Amino acid sequence: MTTAADTSLDRSVMPPSERRTLLGWMRRNLFSDLLNSALTVVAAAVVFLVALLLLRWALTTAQWGVIPANFNLIMRGQYPAEEAWRLWLALYLLGGVIGLMWRLISGKFSTAALIVFLIPLALREVPLFSWMTRFHLLVVAGAGAGAFYLGAYLPIQRSVRAAVYVLLGYLVVMLVILRGYSGDAGPMPTVTTILWGGLLLSLLLAFFGITLSFPLGVALALGRQSKLPAIRIISVTYIEFIRGVPLISLLFMGQVMLQLFLPDGFPLVDRVLRALVAIILFSAAYTAENVRGGLQSISRGQYEAAQALGLSTYRTTMHIILPQALRAVIPVLVGQFISLFKDTTLVALVGLFDLLGIARTITANPDWLGTQQEVFVVVALLFWIFSYTMSYASRRIEQRLGVGER
Amino acid sequence: MSENATSEEIIICQDVCKWFGEFQALKDCSLRVRAQEVVVIIGPSGSGKSTFIRCINRLEEHQAGDIIVDGIPLTRDVRNIEQIRSETGMVFQQFNLFPHLTVLENITLAPIQVRKMHKDEAHETAMALLNRVGIPEQADKHPGQLSGGQQQRVAIARSLAMSPKIMLFDEPTSALDPEMIKEVLDVMQELAETGMTMLVVTHEMGFAREVADRIVFMDAGEIMEVGTPEHFFTNAQHERTKLFLSQIL
Repeated sequence: MTTAADTSLDRSVMPPSERRTLLGWMRRNLFSDLLNSALTVVAAAVVFLVALLLLRWALTTAQWGVIPANFNLIMRGQYPAEEAWRLWLALYLLGGVIGLMWRLISGKFSTAALIVFLIPLALREVPLFSWMTRFHLLVVAGAGAGAFYLGAYLPIQRSVRAAVYVLLGYLVVMLVILRGYSGDAGPMPTVTTILWGGLLLSLLLAFFGITLSFPLGVALALGRQSKLPAIRIISVTYIEFIRGVPLISLLFMGQVMLQLFLPDGFPLVDRVLRALVAIILFSAAYTAENVRGGLQSISRGQYEAAQALGLSTYRTTMHIILPQALRAVIPVLVGQFISLFKDTTLVALVGLFDLLGIARTITANPDWLGTQQEVFVVVALLFWIFSYTMSYASRRIEQRLGVGER
Repeated sequence: MSENATSEEIIICQDVCKWFGEFQALKDCSLRVRAQEVVVIIGPSGSGKSTFIRCINRLEEHQAGDIIVDGIPLTRDVRNIEQIRSETGMVFQQFNLFPHLTVLENITLAPIQVRKMHKDEAHETAMALLNRVGIPEQADKHPGQLSGGQQQRVAIARSLAMSPKIMLFDEPTSALDPEMIKEVLDVMQELAETGMTMLVVTHEMGFAREVADRIVFMDAGEIMEVGTPEHFFTNAQHERTKLFLSQIL
């Protein structure tokens, strides 16, 4: 039985009620006064017009035939069709590695894990794909789920470090699979990197660019703060030199000038590798500056507390300073990784056939004249999907790490 | 007052001088602290109290004079510095807990990394220490989720986990809300009663009167007067000591 006093108490505890109707929301946010209403109407008209024109073009004028006809080129460039199974094998392994890493890092099958698991299954619904492709995607998803469950029985302790080792191991194995090892014949004949292209090349350049430039950038950022003048001067000189030069000039230097500097008879260095090195060197300087921002946000008290406990400089850096500094700059770093991903398109200008390079060759093909719009829209869409995924993942990571901080 | 101080001198400071640029922060400071003694340093702000105790574990470098901690001379030699630091705990005004680690990880980090203690043993020690400072239930939280008083008690536990011979306290209660000061002072008093050598910079006169074996009054970088609490609060000799006490009491 409730008394009058009880009910009044209950009422005082409740927050003031808020009407959550759509109309109410619109009135408050879109039509609160004359100016706001006018802006709402104009904005709605512009959005409507753009959407209408875009849809009309997409549904009537556009010749989408160019996409399925060149689908393999867009996906893997000139990578020989009879060796394409190796790309799938690498993807199977990638599925497995992601599943295993998930087990090693988080150990739980969360909503996020479910989303990741569903990606290959969702891709099966793309109408363009053949039944073979759909079968492959199913195997990728299966490998992920299998590795996740079997990972629980592996005699490896759950840790981020173990996950990083798994990833590094995968990188090596993947490169061997893609490039081959058995010369002209044999089970895995060599596919020179110049044949790698399309989305495959773009993703590989971005992936290796990110994973290899990151440690170099962190080392440079720490070097810039070093007490040893030699290390500090080298770091600062490197960072300031690279930041003063456009990426495209580094790429040209790698493609055109590097070979001139090397002694006669020096074996020709792989062209894709040269481009990748230029991207890594370039990106590392920016990573260094971003990480430096994080290092500067750490208060002196953190260093002092670590020192007072007797931690060495190395341990202080690894356990106290870097974890906090990197956490603070996740949004900036991901922003930089996204721009690195998009900057890989510059390799098209030095004659490599990444996603953009392939798009240019397709549109230059006499059979497909006048299809620039269609091809570039698809290329843009592919870039957007991957960039947005990175951005979304970074926000999730931020949210998770933000718990209990400061 | 804990009167269990022995005759062994564990901290010896002789004519310590320190400059920040042109400004001389410490002028010929000499002080000898016996093992298990509790010495409270008081004085107006800017008098060099914090600088003085920060010299003892080399968070600040003194430029003239000698400092010897537990028989180890404090020189540029990194090995000496690290040895002194691992025997000397320090508690800061701003706690300086590691915000990205849990309370338990804050406490176990140094024993595992520096003392090479096994993880399980470090956990056990940490939980015992958390019990001692009265917050075992907070072990898995992050520092940001605790009150100031709780954070400072974690900081004390973190220092104690290295089993130091000496504890330095740099205004441990100055950043706390008034209602939390007592819980920290209680922990410190309990620590003093167990025979820990303590050097405490504080404005808490009640603590100084009750717990200190000796009180040091500093002003303008100099040690003006050293004596028992009784001497200080009834019979201070120096004019500036009297002025300071009259302002603060």
